[in-house]
Amino acid sequence: MKVHLPNSAFLGNIDPFLKSIDISEPGTLVVSTHPTWVSVHPMVLSMLAALAVKVGKENATFENVTARSGHYLQRMGLFNFFGTCPKFDINEHDPSGRFIPIAQIKTQEESTTFITEMIPMLHLPHTWQADAIRHIVSELVRNVLEHAETTDGAFACAQYFSSSNTIRIGIADTGIGIRRSLSRSHQTSDHLEAIKLSLFPGITGTTRREGGTAQNAGAGLFVIKSIAYVNRDLFLAYSGDAMFKLLRRGRKEEETVVLHANPNLDNHSTTDNLPTWQGTVVGIDISLDSTEEFNAILEMVRSTYGKAIRERKEERYKHAARFIN
Amino acid sequence: MKEIKLFDVFGVFADNKDIAQKIRTEQIIPALKDEGTVTLDFAGVETATQSLIHALVSDVFRIYGGDVLERISFKNCSESIQKVIEIVVDYMQES
Repeated sequence: MKVHLPNSAFLGNIDPFLKSIDISEPGTLVVSTHPTWVSVHPMVLSMLAALAVKVGKENATFENVTARSGHYLQRMGLFNFFGTCPKFDINEHDPSGRFIPIAQIKTQEESTTFITEMIPMLHLPHTWQADAIRHIVSELVRNVLEHAETTDGAFACAQYFSSSNTIRIGIADTGIGIRRSLSRSHQTSDHLEAIKLSLFPGITGTTRREGGTAQNAGAGLFVIKSIAYVNRDLFLAYSGDAMFKLLRRGRKEEETVVLHANPNLDNHSTTDNLPTWQGTVVGIDISLDSTEEFNAILEMVRSTYGKAIRERKEERYKHAARFIN
Repeated sequence: MKEIKLFDVFGVFADNKDIAQKIRTEQIIPALKDEGTVTLDFAGVETATQSLIHALVSDVFRIYGGDVLERISFKNCSESIQKVIEIVVDYMQES
């Protein structure tokens, strides 16, 4: 595999980067970079770490970095996953308030520790923002641990961007992907349909039953998408050859925020001809300028979730008996 | 009357579904047998994920139905925990 890091790859402009990933020769990974500047979303770093672990450190090469931002890549811990990589002399000062280096998370306990330690480092101005971020990271990592069927676990990192007052979070795995995970209970025609289905409230690969199983409700991704939607944040899910990107709500919708159980009703873009990602990648931006508190979002989730279940039940039972002479 | 102090097992952030499952099967469900009552005390817990609350109580609704809410109490909940509990209680009764 070959990956070239461009000078900019964030959720808003990430499509060309994803399309450029060369997935031939899956046993090796070679990463090159833009010669003068590299600025990428944490999701990209999580993807690279996940790929490097998948091919094995000895088969993962990070070519020489001439861009000044090579220091940043090292500080985020990316080079730790590569057998061959550049080295920069940097002062490893306290990362508080700026970034959370890449962590490989293989157990629930590691997940709880990662989240507990990351929150104080982000210096969030409001408790509800901490609640939202804890919720997002926990649900995403738990999805990997429970459903991805990979021993490599989840790769997660985050960074605060002062220019946009936004925390960007990326989580990647190289497991079975959303479509195969859902296929235990839901048949889908392609990866894009599977991603969209996974965003409906109450859809889980563990059962077709409304309300889920004792351990799984199928609400995690819907709650996360809802947080992003209400706050006008970007959210992206990439699995197989498909990507779903939640775009920001328009200003016209400012006065009445209505959550959609059906992701097709959200302002979004999709692509279904990307290089196949064996696993799942999720990226999300959380604007700290948002005014909608987490509790208010949860209240919206509550009403939308209940309505979605009622509608699905009505749909299921709407067929009438057919009488013939 | 069984009271379960959740901070002792989860700390300030409750997200470990494995522990939730253990509490549900070993403490909550047995305590609700024979018309027993249970109080889940969230004192000290700042927030809990929806998955955690689901793992903690959803099966209780399947076993005992919505009437079980007369015998299970949620104590000292932060506002976000209260909201998450309401989400789970609602969709379990809808489904």
